[in-house]
Amino acid sequence: MLEVRGLALAYDGIAAVRELDLDVAAGERVAVIGANGAGKSTTLKGLAGLMHPRAGSIRLNGEDITRQPAHERVCRGLSLVPEGRGVFARLTVAENLDMGAYLRVDPGIEGDLDRCYSMFPRLHERRRQLAGTLSGGEQQMLAIARALMSRPSLLLLDEPSMGLAPQVTTRIFEAIADISAGGVAILLVEQNARAALELSSRGYVLEGGRVALAGDARDLLASSAVRRAYLGE
Amino acid sequence: MLGSIYALVALGYTMVYGILGLINFAHGEVVMVGALVAITAIGVLGPATGLPGPLLLLVALGVSVLACMLLGALLERVAYRPLREAPRLTALITAIGMSIVIQNLAMLAWGRQYLSFPALLPNEPMILLGATVTGTQLIIVALTALAMVVLMGLVNRTRLGRAMRATAQSPALASLMGVNVDRIVVVTFLVGSALAALAGVMVAGYYGQAHYHMGFMLGLKAFTAAVLGGIGNIPGAMVGGLALGVIESLGAGYIGALTGGFLGSHYQDVFAFAVLVLVLVFRPSGLLGERVADRA
Repeated sequence: MLEVRGLALAYDGIAAVRELDLDVAAGERVAVIGANGAGKSTTLKGLAGLMHPRAGSIRLNGEDITRQPAHERVCRGLSLVPEGRGVFARLTVAENLDMGAYLRVDPGIEGDLDRCYSMFPRLHERRRQLAGTLSGGEQQMLAIARALMSRPSLLLLDEPSMGLAPQVTTRIFEAIADISAGGVAILLVEQNARAALELSSRGYVLEGGRVALAGDARDLLASSAVRRAYLGE
Repeated sequence: MLGSIYALVALGYTMVYGILGLINFAHGEVVMVGALVAITAIGVLGPATGLPGPLLLLVALGVSVLACMLLGALLERVAYRPLREAPRLTALITAIGMSIVIQNLAMLAWGRQYLSFPALLPNEPMILLGATVTGTQLIIVALTALAMVVLMGLVNRTRLGRAMRATAQSPALASLMGVNVDRIVVVTFLVGSALAALAGVMVAGYYGQAHYHMGFMLGLKAFTAAVLGGIGNIPGAMVGGLALGVIESLGAGYIGALTGGFLGSHYQDVFAFAVLVLVLVFRPSGLLGERVADRA
């Protein structure tokens, strides 16, 4: 469903991602791992439309979305959970979730809201609180739940485990697996290479803005180069 | 009274600042255009239709609101949108430039002289709770209160208002929700300009006159009110405007007695800017402003 070919992204003329080819099939789980500064987050920003590519193309369900602004990509089924718990700190939890459903007018919104609250009961308890008062893990849950409210077919996640305690990370990864089981394709960018590859069926390893390795997640987990560089062995 | 006019104009400054981080120094000129358009509309429509005074005023207000909304949207599109990614100073200088351009265009269109605003409302003073007020004053206060209630409802209770608040916090994040940020910015200018038109008609009706230069000082004072309340904060602009009006009136009223007649009430303007300096020195985030850390 997602086909990226020859994507190049830059900050003020400094290349961050070059000649990137990447595919995600419908319902698939794909991990992107790599060191700090390898271009992982930049790639997601380019896919979500927050950065304009210098070259290359992005196709979603066969449609060329390379030049589309971010807000038009949302209604085509693409949703990004940004890095660092990007929630609207001065809106309440419930308002954040409403923002997730901003483009929807269908009657299914209430049902989806209930599903989000049953996936993360803490959010229901705190639905009237300002999002900025939540803990880091709760903010990450809110960011994920909010992305689901747009009913995406492809969910992009940028470092969902960043700065979270191990039990909380486990909870977040379980939730991602549940979402994927519901048929949503997942593109997961992570520093936590082991957890990301264990969750995924395929993976890409980025180095210096290029794809250094790509393949089956189990093969990557077993590869000595990956083990040495990213799994600390 | 004067305070409610400052408050209406301050809302325009604060809403645009909240979303773009831009001080739209041309906003005072929108108020001026609102007043002058209303005078022209009364002059043209009055004899042509023979409407009774209050109704004529209402129609003129409508024309003025539409004209100002158009002007506000034009400003955004022509002057500010191309500079969205530019350094703040560039946008600020552009805003001052637009203010001068609009003032000069207004001078060409309406001339340099003071234009009188016809008295269309009954204006006999009456006694209310021990204070002497006129019908015009009562209407100004009531309309301001109504405009504020409507605005708070829009911002806090509607889908559009939620998108405006979200965009003010992070335009990029809002666009990830599917919000068309450009459209929200235009809506913000439209709402601010409509309030400016209302303020312009009120201030012209209150003083019975208007001229091409009236927006400058009024704009600066409203900006002071917005800073006093905490720039970017909507209730803050309301409180700041009302507070500044009271400070000015009391100051102008008592300055003669305080200085033994040495300084007169024409030093009124000094109070507004003394307030601006004091706020910037002692409480830069304003009365209701959030801590600076929140605005990272």
